[in-house]
Amino acid sequence: MQELVNRAKELLADGTVTRVLGWKSGDLAYNPEPAYFETAEELDNFVYNGFCGANLSKYMIKASKLEGKTLVFLKPCDTYSFNQLIKEHRVDREKTYIIGIGCKGKLDIEKIKKMGIKGIETISGINTEDDTEVLTIQTVYGEKTCKYSDAMFERCHVCKGKEHKIHDELIGESKDTKDKERFEEIEKIEAMSPEEKFAFFQNELSKCIRCNACRNVCPACSCLKCVFDSNKFDSQQKANVDSFEEKMFHIIRAFHVAGRCTDCGECSRVCPQGIPLHLFNRKFIKDINEFYGDFQAGEDAETNGPLTSFTFEDVEPSVVSERG
Amino acid sequence: MQRIGVFVCHCGSNIAATVDVNKVKEMALFEPGVVHTEEYQYMCSEAGQAKVIDAIREKNLTGVVICSCSPRMHEATFRKAAERAGLNPYMIEIANIREHCSWIHKDIKEGTEKAVILMRAAVAKVNLNAPLKPGESRVTKRALVIGGGIAGIQTALDIAEAGYEVDIVEKTPSIGGKMSQLDKTFPTLDCSACILTPKMVEAAAHEKINIYTYSEVEKVSGFVGDFTVDIRKKARFVDMDKCTGCGACMEKCPSKKSLSEFNQGLSTRPAIYIPFAQAIPNVPVIDPEACIKLKTGKCGLCATVCQAKAIDYTQNDEIITEKYGAIVVATGFDTIKLDNYDEYAYSQSKDVITSLELERIMNAAGPTKGHLERLSDGKAPKEMVFIQCVGSRCSDNRGKSYCSKICCMYTAKHAMLIRDKYPDVNVTVFYIDVRTPGKNFDEFYRRAVEQYGVNYVKGQVGKVIPQPNGKLLVRGVDLLDNKQILKEADMVVLATAIEPSADVRKIATMLTASIDTNNFLTEAHAKLKPVESPTAGIFLSGVCQGPKDIPETVAQAGAAAVKAIGLLAKDKLLTNPCTAHSDTLFCNGCSSCANVCPYGAISYENKEVNDHGIREVRRVAVVNNALCQGCGACTVTCPSGAMDLQGFSNRQIIAEVDAICR
Amino acid sequence: MSIENKEEFRPKIVAFCCNWCSYAGADLAGSSRLNYPADVKIIRVPCSCRVNPMFILRAFEKGADGVIMCGCHPGDCHYSTGNYYARRRMTLLFSMLDYIGVENGRTRVEWVSAAEGVKFSTTMNEFVEKIYSLGENVRLGDLRCKN
Repeated sequence: MQELVNRAKELLADGTVTRVLGWKSGDLAYNPEPAYFETAEELDNFVYNGFCGANLSKYMIKASKLEGKTLVFLKPCDTYSFNQLIKEHRVDREKTYIIGIGCKGKLDIEKIKKMGIKGIETISGINTEDDTEVLTIQTVYGEKTCKYSDAMFERCHVCKGKEHKIHDELIGESKDTKDKERFEEIEKIEAMSPEEKFAFFQNELSKCIRCNACRNVCPACSCLKCVFDSNKFDSQQKANVDSFEEKMFHIIRAFHVAGRCTDCGECSRVCPQGIPLHLFNRKFIKDINEFYGDFQAGEDAETNGPLTSFTFEDVEPSVVSERG
Repeated sequence: MQRIGVFVCHCGSNIAATVDVNKVKEMALFEPGVVHTEEYQYMCSEAGQAKVIDAIREKNLTGVVICSCSPRMHEATFRKAAERAGLNPYMIEIANIREHCSWIHKDIKEGTEKAVILMRAAVAKVNLNAPLKPGESRVTKRALVIGGGIAGIQTALDIAEAGYEVDIVEKTPSIGGKMSQLDKTFPTLDCSACILTPKMVEAAAHEKINIYTYSEVEKVSGFVGDFTVDIRKKARFVDMDKCTGCGACMEKCPSKKSLSEFNQGLSTRPAIYIPFAQAIPNVPVIDPEACIKLKTGKCGLCATVCQAKAIDYTQNDEIITEKYGAIVVATGFDTIKLDNYDEYAYSQSKDVITSLELERIMNAAGPTKGHLERLSDGKAPKEMVFIQCVGSRCSDNRGKSYCSKICCMYTAKHAMLIRDKYPDVNVTVFYIDVRTPGKNFDEFYRRAVEQYGVNYVKGQVGKVIPQPNGKLLVRGVDLLDNKQILKEADMVVLATAIEPSADVRKIATMLTASIDTNNFLTEAHAKLKPVESPTAGIFLSGVCQGPKDIPETVAQAGAAAVKAIGLLAKDKLLTNPCTAHSDTLFCNGCSSCANVCPYGAISYENKEVNDHGIREVRRVAVVNNALCQGCGACTVTCPSGAMDLQGFSNRQIIAEVDAICR
Repeated sequence: MSIENKEEFRPKIVAFCCNWCSYAGADLAGSSRLNYPADVKIIRVPCSCRVNPMFILRAFEKGADGVIMCGCHPGDCHYSTGNYYARRRMTLLFSMLDYIGVENGRTRVEWVSAAEGVKFSTTMNEFVEKIYSLGENVRLGDLRCKN
């Protein structure tokens, strides 16, 4: 971490960048938050550890409008989002200095709490440089431990890899944390009967409070004005008075980002209701891979997405009913 | 709030028989915005239109719904009526209660219920209509004719005679097309070349006609009045300006084994060749597949003997880009491949030939210098069998479902000519039906039977079996006598079905002209617009639209020319105002819309916007309304809904959905 | 809340038809007097690529029991490529609806040319029959909007 701070200070000092986009420590041991730093002093609050899950690429949309260059720290998976944003002309590569940083999986505090670990005071073993597979948690009830990988976000278990797809320089080592098949969860749902599927999603989506956290955090959902806030479709956000609206919202949201979603998993991370929203996006990804060939959004900043391209031989929509 | 008038048409009994028009009229009054309702026998009549016009004026209507036939029939009529009454023509919506309702439902209750719902949907839409104003676009006063057969030549001549520039693009080295391969033409037995050659010469000599032979259309963009076309002029390896057409190169060419396309592969030609004696231009081309110089670098004989120094082995394909106001497709036909018809032994015996091959055999410039002889042994045939409908009127998937139309007549011609020239040859024709609708056609056929003694047998041939003695055993059936027929023939001629040229699909795709399952180009209306493609500015000439004989082709070629001339005579065209537009404040500038636009109508600009007090420069999409054709692909791709389509806006379509599901 | 509705089930079916091929195909079905159930109501759109997935969900939200989209055959689009985009969009949307447990027979895409009046009619007959067999769309309807 100190290496990141030192390098950021250098780049600020020599005028390469005007500001730094990173994370600062929060009020708790496990809730660092995205932050801008403009001076060396401010950087003393900089933090980078296992809880810095937030994908900073979306913040670069606004930062691209500011004067001067911004240094942004991106984890391997964040660089996909950044590439996608370049493709969509939402961020300015010229005004961005990217330091690709190491990642050994990001931690989900909800998972730790679900293990029955409450009253958390401090947690050690969370730094990327830490040479341990175990988290040691000091709580008001004493010291607890858990395996690092058991506390990781679902997305880290299906990690896209250690490679940064775009960067100006790299600092730190990453670890490939993939230990699960990416589409395992999707396949499980696909195997259900229509009734079971419906019941499953009904149950999950009925928790939705339309707080829009998923929309706000999603790097692909970056419209200046969302269709659900506009009068363009007679679909303005209303109180959830029926069970359809959130279904419509989440399907359309997933559809709008289909072919653009990098599967960064931020939607599921921020959902206060714990709805596994990535199940929608990843279903589209799986279908796109199956129907149109493997495609990873953000792999580069040029390739046309699957919904803005086609082949003459594409499968017919009847494939859905034919596969049973 | 709109002030809407709803007009319900009886269409005589066409609508009124299964839709209670009065009920539709009454129900309309309950719809939001509706202030006037009326029903009438024939809304499209002068009197009916007058009712609409009067109501618009008297009741200050801002929107009109006509419950009538399909908008494809009379939308334009009622738009014009609205305009006469001073209402923007795009404030009219049609509820299709005839084609989509009264004509398909028998129960009046059901029909009426549905008609009411269709009316509601139209009212809901018109409530959100906004006045639209068509733009104007320029007309390039030049036409392109694709295909240089008789259809293309005639169309080009007619357009040129009206004073407009025409380019003909022909893929083979010479214009002339299939007609140039024919020996005689029915029902007058004119020599085909004798009547075609003057046309070819006239086209070549016409100051307004420019012919690109050995060329293909590569790319088409733009729209009616303003097409931009890339034409690939394939390398001929002979300088057209220098060549005198002396033919010395062809004589000296050592590579003489290539099959002559003109003679249907029945004779050979050199690697450097002029396809036929009357070819236009009379300039040879080098077949790069056969030329020793081009393949190995050694040879060069033709260049040595060419006194005009016209041979150029380094020539490359050339792309010519030209603008046109109208495009006429005249791509013609080919005979089908006979791979699915092994029973006729076409691939096994040289003496089983297609009618087009017979045409070449009968022709003095053909492979046998016009002598009727068996291709296997050169002997004169004594017994000839013609089999009709080979691949035509086929009920299975082996051939074509349609009638090729010309075969009955050309077979009668062949039979007659053979009997005339070789009275000792017996001719038998197996047919399903003999179809002779056409001026002097049946008389012609009857002459073949009565005067020339051609033996017509109603029935099909099941198999042609080559015999060890070189003869062909034809096993057929005589349906009228209900008996099997076994006939030993010396030659069998197959009246092979015709199909549109292989590349017409590619061309149709480039032109966005619609095409049917048989690859014939679709006309805009089967009866009323037979030479227009549904795509504006594209016209159809000849067999590309459907099977035709020469007089019909020439007539249609002339009709297509007239339609093209009508277009070229205009200086400006009104453009469809139902185009996309982008709401600057909603646009992310993400380029998704431009990626799916088939017309390249969307570009991006850095614009200063004032978004509720936030002033900033944003990259935003801008639609070029002259290029946009209004498909709406961009509107769905746009994640923020910034892109919308006038006349079919998101809110309009949603209003229709809501009205139907209410 | 649930008052038993003993009336015979009449499905609501929305058919989006492109102006150039399928709408004309429907016209041809009409002029050829080829019958299909009155439950089908056609909305004219310029091209199948104009059909936003939101329209389809909206129809379901408002009580449609089935939604069918018809366009020109691939390769024959009046706008050359519109139906190729529509095909991808609909494939993905239908797959998603299937994934969340909506019976996959409630959605369909069919390519119908202007010359295929017979196909239009048979397609609609088949589709309506399918919707009858699936019954009312209870999974996606918006209860507030029922009459």
